[in-house]
This record gives sequence, C-alpha cells and structure tokens, in this order.
Amino acid sequence: MRVSLKDWFKSGSPWIWLNAGAVAISMIMVIGLLIFIAIRGLGHFWPGQIMQATYTLPGETPVLIAGEITDTEMVPARQLEAMGIVLPEGQLEAKRILLKVGNRDIYGSDFRWVLENHLSNITYPKDMLSLERHEWGNFYGNLKTVKAAGEVVADVASDEAKARELFAKYFAESAAIHAELLKIQKHDIGGINYALERLRLKERGLELKGEKTPENLAPLEAERAELEAEYNAMQGKMSELYANENKNSFTVVEANGREQEYPFAKIVRFYRPNEMGLFAKIKHYFSKVGEFLFDDPREANTEGGVFPAIYGTVLMVVLMSVMVTPFGVIAAVYLREYAKQGLLTQIIRVAVNNLAGVPSIVYGVFGLGFFVYFLGGSVDALFFPEALPSPTFGTGGLLWASITLALLTLPVVIVATEEGLARIPRSIREGSLALGATKFETLMRVVLPMASPAMMTGVILAVARAAGEVAPLMLVGVVKLAPSLPLDGNYPFLHLDQKFMHLGFHIYDVGFQSPNVEAARPLVYATALLLVAVIALLNLSAIAIRNHLREKYKALEM
Amino acid sequence: MSQPSAPDLDFNTPALRRFRKVRFVKDKIAKWGIAIGGVSIIGAVLLIFFYLLYEVYPVFIPAKVEEQSHYAVPALSADPGSKTLMLTMEEQAEVGLRITANGSMVFFNANNGDVIDTRTPPLAAPVTAFVRDTQQSSEFAFGAQNGTALVARHRYSITYPNDVRVITPDIEYPYGEEPIVVFEDGAAIAHMTMRDSDHGLTLIASDENDRISASRFSKEENFMTGEVTMEREALELPPVSGHVNQILLDQSQRWLYVLTDNRNLHVVDLRNSTLNSSVKLTSADHKVTDIEFLLGGNSLMVATDEGKVSQWFQVREKGEFKLENVRQFETANNEVRAIEVEHRRKGFVVASGKGELALYHSTAHRTLLDEKITDNEILQLGISPRGKNLLVEDSSGQMLRFSVENEHPEVSWSSMWDEVWYEGYEQPSHTWQSTAANNDFEPKYSLVPLAFGTIKGAFYAMLLAAPLAIAGAVYTAYFMAPALRRKVKPIIELMEALPTVILGFLAGLALAPFVEHNLPGIFAMLLLVPFGMLLFGFTWVNMPARIRHRVADGYDALLLVPVVILMTLIAIQLSAPMEDYFFGGSMVHWLDHQMGVTFSQRNALIVGLAMGFAVIPNIFSIAEDAIFSVPKSLSYGSLALGATPWQTLVRVVLPTASPGIFSALMIGLGRAVGETMIVLMATGNTPITDVNIFEGMRTLAANIAVEVPESEVGSTHYRILFLTGFVLFLFTFVFNTAAEVVRQRLRKKYGQL
Repeated sequence: MRVSLKDWFKSGSPWIWLNAGAVAISMIMVIGLLIFIAIRGLGHFWPGQIMQATYTLPGETPVLIAGEITDTEMVPARQLEAMGIVLPEGQLEAKRILLKVGNRDIYGSDFRWVLENHLSNITYPKDMLSLERHEWGNFYGNLKTVKAAGEVVADVASDEAKARELFAKYFAESAAIHAELLKIQKHDIGGINYALERLRLKERGLELKGEKTPENLAPLEAERAELEAEYNAMQGKMSELYANENKNSFTVVEANGREQEYPFAKIVRFYRPNEMGLFAKIKHYFSKVGEFLFDDPREANTEGGVFPAIYGTVLMVVLMSVMVTPFGVIAAVYLREYAKQGLLTQIIRVAVNNLAGVPSIVYGVFGLGFFVYFLGGSVDALFFPEALPSPTFGTGGLLWASITLALLTLPVVIVATEEGLARIPRSIREGSLALGATKFETLMRVVLPMASPAMMTGVILAVARAAGEVAPLMLVGVVKLAPSLPLDGNYPFLHLDQKFMHLGFHIYDVGFQSPNVEAARPLVYATALLLVAVIALLNLSAIAIRNHLREKYKALEM
Repeated sequence: MSQPSAPDLDFNTPALRRFRKVRFVKDKIAKWGIAIGGVSIIGAVLLIFFYLLYEVYPVFIPAKVEEQSHYAVPALSADPGSKTLMLTMEEQAEVGLRITANGSMVFFNANNGDVIDTRTPPLAAPVTAFVRDTQQSSEFAFGAQNGTALVARHRYSITYPNDVRVITPDIEYPYGEEPIVVFEDGAAIAHMTMRDSDHGLTLIASDENDRISASRFSKEENFMTGEVTMEREALELPPVSGHVNQILLDQSQRWLYVLTDNRNLHVVDLRNSTLNSSVKLTSADHKVTDIEFLLGGNSLMVATDEGKVSQWFQVREKGEFKLENVRQFETANNEVRAIEVEHRRKGFVVASGKGELALYHSTAHRTLLDEKITDNEILQLGISPRGKNLLVEDSSGQMLRFSVENEHPEVSWSSMWDEVWYEGYEQPSHTWQSTAANNDFEPKYSLVPLAFGTIKGAFYAMLLAAPLAIAGAVYTAYFMAPALRRKVKPIIELMEALPTVILGFLAGLALAPFVEHNLPGIFAMLLLVPFGMLLFGFTWVNMPARIRHRVADGYDALLLVPVVILMTLIAIQLSAPMEDYFFGGSMVHWLDHQMGVTFSQRNALIVGLAMGFAVIPNIFSIAEDAIFSVPKSLSYGSLALGATPWQTLVRVVLPTASPGIFSALMIGLGRAVGETMIVLMATGNTPITDVNIFEGMRTLAANIAVEVPESEVGSTHYRILFLTGFVLFLFTFVFNTAAEVVRQRLRKKYGQL
C-alpha cells in the first residue's frame, strides 16, 4: 500500500520521526563524545613512527625534517593562495601535516605545520632515536657516540651494536641514580624541611606565649642541630650522586646533522619506534600508561604523569563522602521516616532542590568567603597564631574543599536515600514495630540495612559529581602543582590544610593555561579519558545497584 | 494436645525496666537528632543566603561621619582672622597642615590641635595667590605681590624611637627656595595654577588686569653630575575675555581652563595655543563659587551658589574635544562653600554655607551622606589621603575632626545597571572592567555586560537543548519500546554526569576550531539532518511490509542513527565546496568583510553547542518523567476514540504533562545560567554586550571564577563579585522553587487521575 506524502503528513508521523531523531541525535552525541575522548586519550601512549623527509620551500634550499605526524588537515587552494602559496594547476586542496619535530632546545618549538606538497623522499629510518627528556620535550635524531667521563667509548659509525649496548647500560645506571636522588629529595629532605618548619612554629608559639626561655628553647635547639646535621649529610650524598649521574654522556645528531651532547641524567626514556615490533610497542604503551598513572608531572604538567592529581582527587572525594553520607542519610531519614508530611517537609524538599540547583560556582564563592576566610581565619587566630601572618587554614585547602563539595553533593545523597527508603514496604517496618522495637531500633536494624544499597548509590553518585566538579574547587584549594601530597609520612600524616591537585582542574589548567598547549593536548585527552572513565564507571555501578534494588523490592511487594 | 503454657516472664525486673528506659531515651534522642539534621538542610540554604547577603550588604550602606574631637583652629589666636587656604593631613591622619592667607604653614596634631611646627615661605612680598597641585602629589605653590611664585611640598618622615611612631613634618622646595619670576614687571599674582610631573612643571598665573602668563619648565638631568637644570619656555596664550576668577590646568598639562566673570569657562588648548571652546556654567543670576579637579585631573567639579555641583570633562567626538556636562549633583538649597576631593577615589566632599556636609561619588552618581554637622558656617575642609578622616574649620574658630566610614562609595544601583559616562569615554556605556595596570584607573562595575552574557549563553544553550531534549523525552516516554528505553535512560544519565570541564575543554580545543573550519557545514546540518530523517521516514512507510515488519514498533530511533550520521558527514563534506561557491573560500572571512559580522573562534555558538549538550539530560530526565507518568488510561481512552498516536500525544498527553515540561525547562535554564567551566573554556570571556552569535561573552559565573582569586578580601570588587554570586543564587532559587512547586502540584494532580 503506497502512502502519499499528504496522507503521511496528515497522520502526524513526520513529527514522530523527528522526535525519534532527537533521541538518535542525543545518543550519537554522547556515544560519539565518549569514543572521541577514548581514541584521543588512548592513542597518546602509542609510539608513533618518526618520519624523515626532505622539506623544500619554494625558493629555499631543501632541508631534512624529521618528526611524528600528529595531525593532518585539508586546506583549500584558495586559502593557500591568500598565504602566498601556489599549488600546481588542477589541485584544489592540499594536505597540511602537523609534525612534532621535537628538539625544542634547538628549534624553539616542538610543532611545525608543513604542506605535503613540500615534502619529498619520505622515509622511516630504522635507527631513528626518540629521547624523552626531563626538560625541553622530546629529541628526535640519531645516536652518534657514547662517552664515559668525557671519553668516547663507542661510536655508532665503527661499532653500532656496542654503542647501543653501552647507551642502554649507562642509561639504566643514571636512571637508577635519578630514582635514588628523587627519593632523597622528596622523602628525606622533604621530611627534614617539614620538621624544621614545625620547630620554627614551635619556637614562635613559645614567643607568643611569652615562654621563650632558654630552658624551653634548649630541646628545640638540640633537635634543630640534629636535623641540620642530617640535612648536611643528605646534601653531601646528593652532590655525590649528582656527580655520578652526570658523569656519562652521549652525542646525537638531529635531522640536519647538528650535533648535540647530553648527559644521561637528562633522559627519561629512549626508544626507536621505527624498528619496534608490535610487542615492543605494546610494552612501550603500557610502560607509558604506567608512567601516566603513577608518576609525577614534568615540564609544567605537560609531560609525565598525573599521579598527584589522582591522589588529590581521591583523597578529597573520600573526605567528602565521610562528611556527606551521615548528613544526607539523616536528612533523608527525617523526610521519610520521622517528619509529618506537611508544610515543613515541603519546605525542606524545596531547600534540597535548591541546594541541587544552585550553581556550583556559588558554592565556591560561599566556601571561599565562609569556610576559608571566616571559619579558617578564626581557626588560625585561635589555634595557629604562631604561623601568622601566613595562613594555615585561612587559605584554601583540602578540608575546605571537601566540606564545600559535601554541601554541594548533599542533595544527591538525600534524593537517592529517600528513594531507597520509599521502596521499603510499610509492612516490614510495621512488623518490626509490632515486635516491640522502638522506632530508632527499627530504623537501625531493619530499615537502614535494607536501604544501604540506596545509600551506596547516593554516595557513588555524589562521588562521581564531586570528582568532576572544578569551578568551586578553583576557589577553595586546588592548585596546578602541589609540592607534596596531602597524605604522606610526615606527622600528622593527613594535611587537611594543604592545597592539592585535582584531575578536573588539571584538565583546565594544562589545556588552557599551559604555555605549550599543543604539546600538552594529548596528555589532556588522556586525563579527560581517565576522568570520564572513572565517572562513567561510578555512574554505571550506581545505576546497576539501583536496578538491582528495584528488582529486589518488587519481589518483596508481591 | 495441650497448649504449651506461656512461660512465666516478668517484664518488670529492674534490669528490664532500666533497659526499656535506655531504649526509650535513645529513641527520643534519635528522634530529635534526626529532626535537627533534617531541618538543618533549610539551615544550610539560609546560611548560604544570609552569608552572601552579609558580604554584599556593606556596599549599599550610606557613609557615616562621627566627630572625634574639636579644638580651636591651630595658630588662629596668633593671627586672628587669617583665612585658611588649605587644610590637609598626612597618610596616618595624625598630623594636619593648615596654610593661611599670609603664607604660614602650620603643622598641628590632628587629634588635639597642638601646633607642631610653623614655617613661612621665603618670599620677598606678601602672598596674594595660592594653588595646590593634585591631592596625591602634596605640592602647592604661592604667588606673591611682586610677581614671583614659589613651589613647595609637604613631606613627612616616620621614625620609631622607643617603638613609638613619631611623624616629623617638613616643607621642601623642589624647585629651590629662590622664587620663580612670573611677571617681570612685578605685577601681583591674582590667580594661578600649577602642575608638576616627571617631564616638567607648568605654571600659569594671572594678574589683577587679567593678563595671563604661562610658562613651562622642563627638567633636565645631567647624566654625569646628576644636577637638575631647569629650562623655561614661555607658552603663548590666546586672548580670553572677561575678568578672571580662577584658572585651572588639567593633569596632562594640555588643557587650561579659565573661569571669567564667575560664569564663563574658557578652554584653552596649550598644544596649539588656541581657544577650544567657551562654556556658560550657570545661568545669569547665579555664579560659580569653586571649581576643583577630581582625582585623575580630568574632571572638573563646578560648584555654584545655588547649591549645585556639576561634573564636566572633555569628550572626544570625531577627533574634536568638547567639554561636556556629564552629571549634576543637587545639594541642599544653599551656597556651596568648599569642595574637597578624595585622594584615591572619585569621591568628593561638599560643605555648604549652613554647616551641612555632603559626601558624593561622581561615577556612581551616589549621594553617600548629607548631614548638618555644625550650626556654624563651614569655611574649609581637609580630607586625609585614605579618606577616613575629615577636618572641618567652622566660622566660630573651631576645628572639628571627623572619622569617615565610607568603604564602598563607587557602587550604586545606577552604576551597576545604567549606562555610565566614564572619563575618556565618548558616550555613556555599560562597561565591566574591574582592574587595570595604572593607578588612576577607575574600576567600572556595570553588571549589564555580564548579565547579558549570561542570558546570551543560556539562550543559545536552550535553543539547542530545549527542542532536542523535549522531543527526545516525548519519543522516549511515549513511543519507544520499553526494552530500548531501559537502555537509553542510563546513557542520558551518563550524559548528565559528564564533568563540564571535559565538555568545556572539548568545546574550546576541538569543537571551536572544527566549527571555524566547517562553518557552512554546521548550518547545512541544521537543514540536512531533519530533512534526512523525514526522507527516511517517508521511504520507510512506503517500504514493503516484509522489511518494515522486521523492525519492531518503538525502535525507529535506532534506524535513524545511521541516517543522522550519514547526513552529518554529508553536511561536513559539503562545507568546503559551499565555502568556495557561496562565500569566496572562507565563510569567516565573508562574514567579516561582506556582512560586517566579527567572528571569534570561541563564540556563543560553541557555548550554545557545549552547554546545550550539558543541559539536555537535565531537561530530558524531568520532562521524560512527567510524560511517562501521565496515566495510561488517558491515552488509551483517546486512542480508543479513534485519535492517531500523534493526536493523542498533542491533545491529551502533552497538555497533562505540560507543567512538568515547564519545570524541566526551568531547571535546565537554571543550570545553563550557572554553568561555569564550559563558558570559561569555550568563550574568550570578553565582557561585551553583543547579540552576535559569532562573538564571545562573559557570564556572571565565569566572571566569578576568573576574578575572585585575584580580588582583595573585603574590597568593593570582592563584594561586587559576591553580589553577582548572590544574584546567581537568587536567580536559580526562584527558578528551582517555581519548578519544584509546579512539580509538587503535578504529583497531586496525577494522584487524583
């Protein structure tokens, strides 16, 4: 049966199709976005081939250029004409390639746009070396010689195998020394500095109390002398390690034959992507993922890992959950179990909805004004006068950030718990009450255990929300680079007053405030992927728990 | 079978009784504890509300003055009847300086009037004229009867002998103690003005016969010896008619203002020695009593004997400068005796003939105080550099010292919401510019660009989100197969959970350049995608039943997924050819040059797309709930009467669910208004008022995120940012409460159905 266009429109089905289309568009947007982040984020760790080619700009002498292809785009001929580049007759558009040429210390920038038309003799030389360095980004080039204490011990030209072997050996040695140095610097010296600072505050505290007497000062002085001695010992050890680390070096040549010499201490990792097999690449991939997850950031957060940000996010979220759960559950219990439904509960519900709807930045402003300046300022004046005028709790920190976010996520927990409580059949409560239990006992022994998955759902959703929230944190304690972790081995271990790093803020900061946005972008995608994965996981598990719960109570109601 | 007899239990043993009591008490405590916990939610909302209000409130309270002490005018007894030419105080407001008509400079303790030091200028003849440079510079000059002038400066050194602060005043003569000869013929200086800057000193004076002499002294420092030599250059002046009453020179040393016949102000351009314009300041039956420069040395505050103070400054119009009357301040209906301008803000103090004191702020056009402080006439005013203390000399020979509480004069309702004519601007405008590099800078706190940006962003977001979310909700709730619905809802929930920082990052770094490169494609998508859906739908109904029946009812959305993807790809592919064909290679370029529409990469379109994405799930969930919970009996009834599914939806289901959809839109709008990260990252954050979709904006929320970390705690800027937070809070409060009330009503209604 043929349907005419007129009849079809009359039936209203076109509108239904459009409505269906809206759902389709929404689905495509969500899933497409997730796939886009996943591809960009996961691709970052894969070792790309290093291309080498002759780059000939019209009217200039050809030069060699080497690098990884990071992006390509098609440019219409007309746009190129405006830039003074004429394409051959008949070619309507040209491919433009974004090459990561590395060697920022030599070229000044890591990236370069080149036209495919200007490239010729494209090769992928097997022995092309990619060096990840502690500073100046990647180096691409070829190994020339390896030096031990300034003397050339191996030359690629004469004995390549030996040069490679020695290179790997010396690198392993220097990497071991580097790890030890880092441990001393962060752990030992960090601890000593922290202890010294505590001594200084103690002394100042005595001074404020008017008890700065020689008797009181003597133990402090003794302790200080001990710490300083320890510090000096560490310093000596470190300078020795430094000397060892910088002893061996190597020379490399970049694409155009310019020779550079670097000590092994400058290198984080080296690999030759063009000769890597699939398994070598997979190994490299996972080692990079490991670095991303468990290492500190390098080079103004554009390289290395995001471990402190993960750590800060998790710690903040845990503290927040500890605070939000009791309050949220109590409020939900009051609304469902205790309060007489009426004007008061209606007002509370409006209040809960408003808490949920207030923009997060308002929480940030409130947290900054009320918690940080008002409460924090008072706490400082009362308990930490020795540190003034530098604030202890009077500035943004872990504690205030968690409290602010606890306030922000309170409605999430209340709503979820309330829903769970509502699903518990009346008969169960009545049974408990009929057996003589008080209301509180019924609540604690019967109702809450049954509602615990719902509470869990609420907390998980709250955690997911808090993990992704950035705007309020920017005001109450997040920093781009925290010198130490908020939970470490120094007494009192948990530093509630310390500023911390956060994954969401890391994305904003590295993506938008970084001096080298192009180089940082892959890392931002990887961080975004991590954050999305965590939040998606949390949400999906919350949804799963909730669905499971619904099924369970359906059975109870039968 | 015998019934087992009930065991003989005693429930009233002391132990059990105690146990019961404990349980009872526990129950009571829990009841109250939980009640307090529940009600504290209201407390939290109220706390936020009142705390924000508490931070904002000081901005709107008027100023207060309070008399601290009074004493006989210092050194008046030594020289009875001597007029005070200038009153001022040093930074700490502890030492005052009074300069009298005969030139003696009296330093006194500002708290009790004890004279600390008295100096007289090394002049050969009596003082006939006096002028001060800007308030901040602490320089002033005397003109003498023999045609000479002397520039002096008051300075204070602070020492701490025995940990007590001691302020020692001093007078310096930066151009030497030798008076500068202004009139070679020795005519007495009647009026004069001076400006000193790093480049040099300009000194302009008139004698009794209205002859005006202007000279500029340029300082030249010898690099070898460090010696400063002065070079004098006489400036030529155009003739000015009338009897000179006052002469003034602006801070740039370019504009000379000459007041003649108490009424006419002549503006002379010293750069080309021409008379720029002449302006009548008052009507014929009134006269000007005083003219003072406001902070910055650009604005003239003109006081008249009818009690009016008006502000004038030069406005550049088509390259020509014109003196404009910018605003008027009406004071009490009597003569203005003295104007004293604040040293660090654009505020001023006015004393009237009957002992009334008034505080104003020029830019905010705000009257902060208008109070009678003494029964006598006020003769002279002096304000401390920090603006916290005021000296008042009255006609009974008393000096009164006041404390001034005036923390936030620069804000008023009109300065936040109305157009304000700022110095150096061609016309009144809405401007938000809270900080700048230089010192003379005047913060501009118009909330209009921010509010506009907020509404603009929310509007474009809703433009995308509202149709998509509601149409999607309608389909999901009413047409979609339940099995598919169970899959779709978690995906939408996941969409809601996506951190906005990620959306903002993608919008700013990936979407914005993509849209810029494929602009025609994006607009083509708007047409092609719906067209493709309809085309597919029509083709589908005309397919053989064999194929059609393979797909169950309510799965149409899945069929459309490839269609939408295909159409999107086609639109993007068409983008480059369209740019070539219609827009000469680049649509962005075409917009800019042919249409005059400026394009910035991070613009409202990007925000609309990204924020729309963020808002869709909020609207979707609530609207879907509302539509889904419309009782099925209603739609079955309608269908049974022969209505098509679409008719049933439009005539029965949607009207019933409309309050729920309305509340969904409210919640969505509330979210769009308060969203921070997306706007922060996807726009350029420039506070402009422009509806152009291709321009960025700055929203209230993003503004807070950008500026709060840099603002000084307790400053006006800080409080204004809190005010914007408060506005956001109130805005979402109203929307959310409205939505919630509607929803609660709806629930009741469905209960009845």
